[in-house]
Amino acid sequence: MIASSPPKTFILKIKRSLGEGKPSHWESFEVPIRPSMNIISALQYVAANPVTTDGKNVEPVVWDAGCLEEVCGACTMVINGHVRQSCSCLVAENLQDGNTITLEPMSKFPVVRDLWVDRQRMFDNLKKIHGWVPIDGTHDLGAGPTETQEEQEQRYAYSRCMTCGCCLEACPQFTKDNDFKGAQVFAQIEYFNSHATGKELAAERLDVIMEPGGITDCGNSQNCVKVCPKELPLLDAIASLGRKTTVHAVKRFFSGKK
Amino acid sequence: MADHPRVIVVGGGLAGLAATVRVAEAGVPVDLFSMVPVKRSHSVCAQGGINACNTVARQQGYSEWQHMDETLLGGDFLNHQPPVFEMTHWAPKIIDLLDRMGVPFNRTKEGFRDLRLFGGSIFKRTHFAGASTGQQLLYALDEQTRRYEAEGKVNKHEFWEFLWPVIDDNGHCKGIVAQDMRTMEMKALRADAVVMATGGCGMLYGKSTMSVICTGGAASRCYQAGAWLGNPEMIQVHPTAIPGEDKCRLMSESARGEGGRVWVPRKKGDDRKPADIPEDERWYFLEEKYPKYGNLVPRDIATREIFFVCQDGYGISGGNMVYLDITHLPMETKNKLAAILEIYEKFTGDDPRFTPMKIFPAVHYSMGGLYSTYTAVDDARGMVSGAHNNMMTNIPGLYAFGEVNYAYHGATRLGANALLSCIFDGLFCGLSVANYVRDGVAHEQSAGQAPDSLFQKYVDQEQAKVERLIANDGQNNPYEIWREMGEEMIASATVVKTEDRLNQAYTKINELKEQFKSIKLSDTGTWTNQNLSFSRAVGDMLKYAETILAGSIARKESRGSHYRLDYPKRIDDPFHKTTLVKYNAAEDKPEITWEDIPLPLVPLRDRSYGKVEAAAEKDEKKEEATSV
Repeated sequence: MIASSPPKTFILKIKRSLGEGKPSHWESFEVPIRPSMNIISALQYVAANPVTTDGKNVEPVVWDAGCLEEVCGACTMVINGHVRQSCSCLVAENLQDGNTITLEPMSKFPVVRDLWVDRQRMFDNLKKIHGWVPIDGTHDLGAGPTETQEEQEQRYAYSRCMTCGCCLEACPQFTKDNDFKGAQVFAQIEYFNSHATGKELAAERLDVIMEPGGITDCGNSQNCVKVCPKELPLLDAIASLGRKTTVHAVKRFFSGKK
Repeated sequence: MADHPRVIVVGGGLAGLAATVRVAEAGVPVDLFSMVPVKRSHSVCAQGGINACNTVARQQGYSEWQHMDETLLGGDFLNHQPPVFEMTHWAPKIIDLLDRMGVPFNRTKEGFRDLRLFGGSIFKRTHFAGASTGQQLLYALDEQTRRYEAEGKVNKHEFWEFLWPVIDDNGHCKGIVAQDMRTMEMKALRADAVVMATGGCGMLYGKSTMSVICTGGAASRCYQAGAWLGNPEMIQVHPTAIPGEDKCRLMSESARGEGGRVWVPRKKGDDRKPADIPEDERWYFLEEKYPKYGNLVPRDIATREIFFVCQDGYGISGGNMVYLDITHLPMETKNKLAAILEIYEKFTGDDPRFTPMKIFPAVHYSMGGLYSTYTAVDDARGMVSGAHNNMMTNIPGLYAFGEVNYAYHGATRLGANALLSCIFDGLFCGLSVANYVRDGVAHEQSAGQAPDSLFQKYVDQEQAKVERLIANDGQNNPYEIWREMGEEMIASATVVKTEDRLNQAYTKINELKEQFKSIKLSDTGTWTNQNLSFSRAVGDMLKYAETILAGSIARKESRGSHYRLDYPKRIDDPFHKTTLVKYNAAEDKPEITWEDIPLPLVPLRDRSYGKVEAAAEKDEKKEEATSV
């Protein structure tokens, strides 16, 4: 096989708009390829040189970014049709038709501008499910509960969720207009409910996902687990909550609560 | 406006969130401002762990006192001792609290919190959650903040950028001006105290291990508004990072704490694959030079050794890289490091479990920052709990917490002490903030009583700046100015510094300041204008960069991270002092004065970390002395 020399530039094709409900259009930018270049460095190039392939000067592309090492979740977008973080997406490995990469904002959240979306719904949901351990206060009251290595490993797996929204973008059940909670919330409930003190609010959390938009609305497409960049055990969480909500419903019935 | 005391916290990393939780717990409502959803703050990037004396280490002879001593020695005695005493003695309580908040700290077989070794100590005193400890701690505080938010005690303003502190005629801070980064709405908000918890300034070096939001812009704006800076020249260059196009990604010290070894081929330019280079042809230069601490010498020392080894031509293939090798470690240990090893593999394509990592130093942390004060207890063993001025800047009502605060780390920060200092500031000094606003002692007028005209004046000032930037029709690209600033700062003010190079950089930064006056924005719109926000920050970064250079030039000695080739020794007289930098607004330049650092607890001593050359020299001297 004859190795062809790698291309010197590539085309970054970006879906742009001025916000939710505003018309969108595509613009293309030619970007020089540098060794181990990622999408962020390509976007930085465009920010400094906002000229399209048609030679038109345009306003620089807007996108959300933070740590650039796939731990803050900010720079999530749809790249070549797949949702992922743009910092850990290397250009050389993702060129389509030889020299093009397409970028779109996530489709399940309102667009702020260009590639930047508003994921406030995810944080609001954490509030709804009482996403915290109800400690007595910050005063010195000694150590927390001990736990086994196995318990720690299980909780650690869930605690790496960076609220990026990949699982929700890929979920056929989760839409802009409905109130489905989605895998992010289910995983966090499992996380807090498996802590000795966090458990104190377990019933309240289960109540939230027994309402419309809760666990029974999950269509079991299992897309969420395939796209989670931190490989959270999302299906385990969904299965576990399915069982627990059933038990919880029975308990509620016999205690006379609705 | 109702006249209840209120507090503004700017920044939602560990320090900002810990402060928010503590102030809200004390019953004072908090407005929390952040450029990002607080859960995405830069603290997530901290990997290795958090230091505290613990039961196991204590039984081996370790103590809070020794933790303090290590922190002071690490900082080359540029840190104030009472705050460091207080911080290290609070550390065990902070770990307990985080544990109660549900942080998934790694566990031993028996279910206790596990520990790892970290730089600057020979005791295991670092608590960790995998290799994403910062992320785990931030999330725990984010959760507690959300709890107070749900109770209506905390009001978050996310995607808002801090622009300027509001300072009244008495010189007291009464609020801030901020701008919504989406709608571009600008407003002033009142508060009886403002806590700056805005982190480091890595972005002014172009590429660093820091997040894109760590511009130092907020600190620079406070400096221009009259807040003093302390030791801005003290910038930590982390020994092990993965060089990249857009940033340098941190490779945690925990890789060495768990047994990772740094080496280069003994033969210059050896092109063999690392696995093909036999053990006796590898140069483990840190272990050879520092038998006691080995790969875990403090960061400034490891960084310089790596830098000089590469300068001498021993870097991998003669370039600027050395190996960080964990391939020999058992799989169980490698699993503990999974979070950072995955990152390496994702960004380089090599699996570090089987191939040694290629790393090089990168700008990582600002020890210096906003100058702050405190009240020491009578015997100097700690700070007075709840004293109004703990970690308050020279401007009454304006506090500095976390990385932006210059107080704790002196000339070098020890690994796994940053998370500690951030949370400690929030929890311990948060009470000071609450007391200050409740007691109302220093207030001639509360923020609620201050006239509207005071706030409008500052909004007008910031609005005028925006209008100037947008109307500017110059020829200079702000991104190009930022790139040149970064290159200049990396070349002049990182691992090694010299008078000539620093002076050259100082001139260059002033040229860039001139060029900045005639920039042209590529976006002049009024909706989600990142171009405006970034360009405005570039102007402020230039002014902060100038203080780093001015401090580096003035400090004609070597101390901790500040290493002058032309003055390679520490010179306590006259430089065992804080570099105080004040902004001269009339001439738009920094002015330097010096402040004494009392040594009430630990006297000055040498900082050699048992380097063998140093030890050999001493032995020679001893022999000479005995033979005479």
